[in-house]
Amino acid sequence: MEIPSVVGAGLAVIGAGIGIGMIGGKAMEAIARQPEAYGKIQTAMLIAAALIEGIGFAAIFAG
Amino acid sequence: MRKPFLLKFLLAAVLLLGNTAFASDSDVEEGKDKKTEIKEFIEHHLQDSHYFNLYGTTDEHGKVHHVGIPLPVILWDNGLKVFSSSKFHHGEEVAEVDGNYYKLYHSKIYKTDAEGTITYDEEHHPTNVRPLDFSITKSVVMMLVTGLLLLWLFSSLAKSYAKNNSVPTGAGRFFEPIVLYIRDDIAIANIGEKKYKRYMPFLLTVFFFIWFLNMFGLTPLGVNVTGNIAVTTALAVIVFLITNFTGTKDYWKHIFDPLGDGMPWYGKIIIYIILVPIEILGLFIKPFALLIRLYANMTAGHVVLMSLVGLIFIFKSWVGGPLSFGLSFAISLIEVLVALLQAYIFTMLAALYFGFASEEHDHDHEHEEEAELAHL
Repeated sequence: MEIPSVVGAGLAVIGAGIGIGMIGGKAMEAIARQPEAYGKIQTAMLIAAALIEGIGFAAIFAG
Repeated sequence: MRKPFLLKFLLAAVLLLGNTAFASDSDVEEGKDKKTEIKEFIEHHLQDSHYFNLYGTTDEHGKVHHVGIPLPVILWDNGLKVFSSSKFHHGEEVAEVDGNYYKLYHSKIYKTDAEGTITYDEEHHPTNVRPLDFSITKSVVMMLVTGLLLLWLFSSLAKSYAKNNSVPTGAGRFFEPIVLYIRDDIAIANIGEKKYKRYMPFLLTVFFFIWFLNMFGLTPLGVNVTGNIAVTTALAVIVFLITNFTGTKDYWKHIFDPLGDGMPWYGKIIIYIILVPIEILGLFIKPFALLIRLYANMTAGHVVLMSLVGLIFIFKSWVGGPLSFGLSFAISLIEVLVALLQAYIFTMLAALYFGFASEEHDHDHEHEEEAELAHL
């Protein structure tokens, strides 16, 4: 039986979603702990999220 | 003061929601499946076009009349051929130019015979010859408009700054914080105090260019420029070229000799067989990720919006209208945010890559690193 490539794309997107969720959550925690570092944390969060998002989109196009 | 603001707000709201007007004017042929029709409409919207379509109407006979501006077609086919895209009649007719015949098929120009026959291979791809197409398409028009707008806006802002002793006036009050943010939090933070200045023109240009194009994509003009992979590829290629042509000795050393003097040469050989190809691949993957991200985000946004508008035609009852309006209104607001965010991310990552390329290890720092390696 052959598994369609869309399933793989979906799995990859689930992974990317969990990853971005974790980044967001951890960034919230970090901001709560150190509100004065808000700007730096946000920038780092956006970069990390953007990098993961790239993988998600690559998976969508591959699938 | 109050009234003009309200007017502007209403205008913006009308412009943003105008997407809705688009689908409602699409051709409604009887007998054709609604879902495939909507799908075709979305696919057509995502593509570049030789015709700047504003809207279309259907008369009683089910014939579609398009209203818009035909754009010039420029072909290189044994000599330059320039003619108006109105000759194609939206792909329905064959255009004859200097004894050659051309036909539009899925927004691409093919050379055909006088009857416009298109031959296909087994996978249903046309086998006709495609002349080199340098046409001024819809995307090109929008990019030219955006370029001119940026040129006019920022040169007039520069003039007003020179006149008013560097005090912002008018639009300057809106743009100054953005420019300062790009300088302080993107350029200086990632490239460094010493070298950020030579990258600033590019970073500012690319930020506003992408942002404005993204915002134009949300207007009822129905353009999808940053959701066109050729456009984002061109932007990423520029980033790639700047990164590698401004790369310092340390940048190249980091790629071809990442471990430096921390290890004897016979130890390096084994590691470098794996490490150096990865570093070289990384050179290309970075801009590739940049182009895919922008393209995929904008395309996804357009597809979602158009699909929500398409709900009206699928429901065919009073539920569809309010539902579609509410959802597409919410998504439009998110898209406004995404338009800014994607421009920011693109600029940010470009600055990050420029930072990698222009970094120079000062000697104290290097010794520290060596000490750290030795300690490990």
